[in-house]
Amino acid sequence: MLSDKDRIFTNLYGLHDFRLKGAQARGDWSGTKELLAKGRDWIIEEMKTSGLRGRGGAGFPTGLKWSFMPKEVGTRPHYLVVNADEGEPGTCKDRDIMRYDPHKLVEGCLLAGFAMSAHAAYIYIRGEFIREAENLQVAIDEARAAGLIGKDACGSGWEFEVYVHRGGGAYICGEETALIQSLEGKKGQPRLKPPFPAGVGLYGCPTTVNNVESIAVAPTILRRGGAWFSGLGRPKNSGTKVFCISGHVEQPCNVEEEMGIPLKELIEKHAGGVRGGWDNLLGIIPGGSSVPVLTKDICDTVLMDFDSLRDVRSGLGTAAVIVMDKSTDIVRAITRLSKFYKHESCGQCTPCREGTGWMWRVMERMCTGKASIEEIDQLDDVTRQVEGHTICALGDAAAWPIQGLIRSFRPELERRIREARANARAA
Amino acid sequence: MPKLTIDGREVEVAAGTTILQAADYLGIEIPRFCYHERLAIAGNCRMCLVDVEKSPKPVASCAMPVAEGMVVHTDTPQIKKARGGVLEFLLINHPLDCPICDQGGECDLQDEVMAYGFDRGRYHENKRAVKDKDFGPLVKTTMTRCIHCTRCVRFITEVAGVPELGATGRGENLEIGTYVEKALSSELSGNIVDLCPVGALTSKPYAFMARPWELKKTESIDVFDALGANIRVDTRGNAVMRVLPRLNDDVNEEWLGDKSRFAVDGLLRQRLDRPYLRKDGKLQPISWSEALAAIAAKVKGLGGAKLAAIAGDMADCEAMTALKDLFGKLDSPNLDCRQDGAKLGGSPRASYLFNSTVAGIEDADVLLLIGTNPRVEAPVLNARIRKRYLKGGFSVAAVGPKANLTYKHEYLGDQTAILSAIADGSHPFAAVLKAAKKPMLILGQGALARVDGDILLGLARKIAETTGMVADGWNGFNVLHLAAARVGGLDLGFLPGAGGRDVEGILAGAEKGEISVVYLLGADEIDMSRLGKAFVIYQGHHGDAGAHRADVVLPGAAYTEKDATYVNTEGRVQRTNLAVFPPGEAKEDWKILRALSEAMNKVLPYDTLGKLRARMAEVNPLFAGINAIAPASWGSFGADGVPAADPLASPVDNYYMTDPISRASRTMAECTARFVGCAHKRTGTNG
Repeated sequence: MLSDKDRIFTNLYGLHDFRLKGAQARGDWSGTKELLAKGRDWIIEEMKTSGLRGRGGAGFPTGLKWSFMPKEVGTRPHYLVVNADEGEPGTCKDRDIMRYDPHKLVEGCLLAGFAMSAHAAYIYIRGEFIREAENLQVAIDEARAAGLIGKDACGSGWEFEVYVHRGGGAYICGEETALIQSLEGKKGQPRLKPPFPAGVGLYGCPTTVNNVESIAVAPTILRRGGAWFSGLGRPKNSGTKVFCISGHVEQPCNVEEEMGIPLKELIEKHAGGVRGGWDNLLGIIPGGSSVPVLTKDICDTVLMDFDSLRDVRSGLGTAAVIVMDKSTDIVRAITRLSKFYKHESCGQCTPCREGTGWMWRVMERMCTGKASIEEIDQLDDVTRQVEGHTICALGDAAAWPIQGLIRSFRPELERRIREARANARAA
Repeated sequence: MPKLTIDGREVEVAAGTTILQAADYLGIEIPRFCYHERLAIAGNCRMCLVDVEKSPKPVASCAMPVAEGMVVHTDTPQIKKARGGVLEFLLINHPLDCPICDQGGECDLQDEVMAYGFDRGRYHENKRAVKDKDFGPLVKTTMTRCIHCTRCVRFITEVAGVPELGATGRGENLEIGTYVEKALSSELSGNIVDLCPVGALTSKPYAFMARPWELKKTESIDVFDALGANIRVDTRGNAVMRVLPRLNDDVNEEWLGDKSRFAVDGLLRQRLDRPYLRKDGKLQPISWSEALAAIAAKVKGLGGAKLAAIAGDMADCEAMTALKDLFGKLDSPNLDCRQDGAKLGGSPRASYLFNSTVAGIEDADVLLLIGTNPRVEAPVLNARIRKRYLKGGFSVAAVGPKANLTYKHEYLGDQTAILSAIADGSHPFAAVLKAAKKPMLILGQGALARVDGDILLGLARKIAETTGMVADGWNGFNVLHLAAARVGGLDLGFLPGAGGRDVEGILAGAEKGEISVVYLLGADEIDMSRLGKAFVIYQGHHGDAGAHRADVVLPGAAYTEKDATYVNTEGRVQRTNLAVFPPGEAKEDWKILRALSEAMNKVLPYDTLGKLRARMAEVNPLFAGINAIAPASWGSFGADGVPAADPLASPVDNYYMTDPISRASRTMAECTARFVGCAHKRTGTNG
């Protein structure tokens, strides 16, 4: 269990002042000038040492990502874009970071922006986050008034500005290139890669898009050293992570924990355990709605980090743990997710546009058993025609929950079909 | 240059090439819907997925640039399955209405499904239905068939330059449409019919008219403007069913203006299909021999000075040669091919050509438009200017009519004094031209078809010379013609001979009775009321202004009905091919003149097309070189002086009706009512 001294987000529950004074009392903005003075290469090296992997879901090493930006600024300026369009169902970590600890994010923007020679950071915040955007704006205004950002950020001589842009509430705008499109005022549709944003991003300029949490942990990592961060967790899955536990638990909560904590321990210690006891558990979606559901026998032992969850054919995603006890209609639950992806597909590319609707319609029939046994395999085949064939990862995200359901709960699907048949015959 | 392997075959291509292009180069077919080589890459249909070694997922080959050592497979079982999967997705919401779909037989989706699709469907849910949109009188929509490839959106936005199409909604509710329901206002809108890989966008006038396999295809040349776009004429029986563009990168790429494409229904209406003679004030049908005898009788005994001939805008070079030779035998110098009175002609040839060439626009860096609105005078050429503009580093200024040209340009005004100022260097734009590496100007007929046209021509020459437009390997002086016949006529010297009268002189002479016989070779755009008491012979294909005034009507052939030569505004000699026979008793134009020469006992020395063409090459050797253009040498032309103060305007105020064919076209009448007419007639009190 993470000890209090290793906690990064010390105001995750909003018990203290979120403003500059409170943040400084918690250690934010201390020695930022000295960190900047150590130079870009040092910052990027330290981030690489820390082993921090992107907290937005894909888990790409953050330091490495920063190092992809051109070393020298050419004719085009560099931009840092922060992805605060937290839309993954079950995820609510960025929201609490922004409303209770916004200065961590603003300071992170400065350090990350400086490391990639950017003079501006755009925070693209989900439109529904109204209070969060307000608090964030307060923090930015305070920081500018205190000279922490602006013409001469922290007295370092580096000019840096942070802008908040409020999104329109489309899930797809959380995809980094769709986010850039939306930020440019265009329709939020993912772009083709290559070119990658580090080469051609916002307004055609080199751009790095990072998740809120990845940026917000950067100042603490730099202050305490990359080695400290990499000492937590497991190799290649180091550091701490904010887990969002929701669903059938006694106390749903956000909690910062060490990577690699056993799932069972996470739920029992922090969320008061599964409603009705651990044995009442049906399954857990460990990383936000896009990853396959885990059955109880896996949940008993699995560790919460990128590689462990990948080994059980699921994923850490955004670490949004959705717990479902035995009262859950698991087919209905996954159908609801299918409907979500059908609704949020941007419609640009064929497999996702047509496939999400197809999958959802078949799932609706699966709920009531109005299907045939062969259709289960057919549905699985359709998900595999969508997976990996689309421009962005939304196709994968729509396919995986269904694949997980078929893999783990196939007997339940078959039972419903048989029952519906028997009822039809009886009637 | 990166080297890569596709299906075991090594190929070396230029950096920046995509995998799909490299495969095309090797002749390996990769199916595609959204990819089009002249449009931006969208990568959204996912039909072109290929396996690239070391890549975890299949990649869209249309968007992936090649890299050194890349190993690509296009025929693995996974890729075949992926293609089948994409086709299955496209088909689940695509109606299976091929039997009643106009795209049937030339549908990409049909073809790809035949090649890569599954043989049965697995989708048992309800299909999506989408409301049809009204894109105007030319493009018919059946939006349920749309596969969302966005080719039409990209064409209208990028090439046509009117951002009126887009996708609204998302997911399976994504729809292509004009955001607010309106007709597409582009003169190039018909091209989206060609681009649409399915039957979502089809030609409205052609709806349910024919099937592609019933059509005979004839390669030809368009004559509705002076660009000379390359076309294919599709016919069934003796009717032209439709006209499609043909590929020619030097002229029209693969685009075609709406008038050229959709005015062909006019070829079936108002046709002159037998000779007529005016008796008792009314045109009466007569036989060919009577008609020719009547002309011969009328002309007999008249001196050459009493005769005159005017060639119209669609006259072919063969007919003009025959008419010129006939008038030579009649000793008449009164010939003109410039109905509108444009002050062009003679030498040097560079004075009336589009010297930079159409493709050369892409090399220019500054453009000055004088008295022209290329968007309505030659829409495909305008698209080429926009293409250059999109590449960047190109500034455009216009002196003349104020118009929405689909690209950003500086509007300098419509006063002729501006041209004088640019010519003497006192106007700021003169410096822009001088600083440019390859500056060009386009001089329109709006400047030339004026009383002071020769002064404006001289001013344009002066601008070209003082700003360095004429240099080694570059000539930035360009005349944009409106008439397909014009450059051919000028090249043949269909111009007043020594002491001869030009169009204005002929009309004035006819008014005063000094001219007794006027031969109109398809000339309809002159003021017929000024022909006075002259005996008017009209040879042409449509019952338009000329035929109404005529005393004798000789039915000729339209451009789809003859093997004829036209020279486009660049000076490119091109030939049409006979696609259908002229209607009724109508004949190919040069044959009419040959027969007339016999009736007059002034027999022309050629009785086959081959001999006539040899004669043309004798008149001007350029006619021996088909499809080629030769750079024209520079010289002195135009007149000095101060131009009149009248503002410069474009001669075309209604793009959709400029000639006898388009005036007879019902489709063009609808377009006029939709796009032009209402604007003209709206008074504010008509509700």
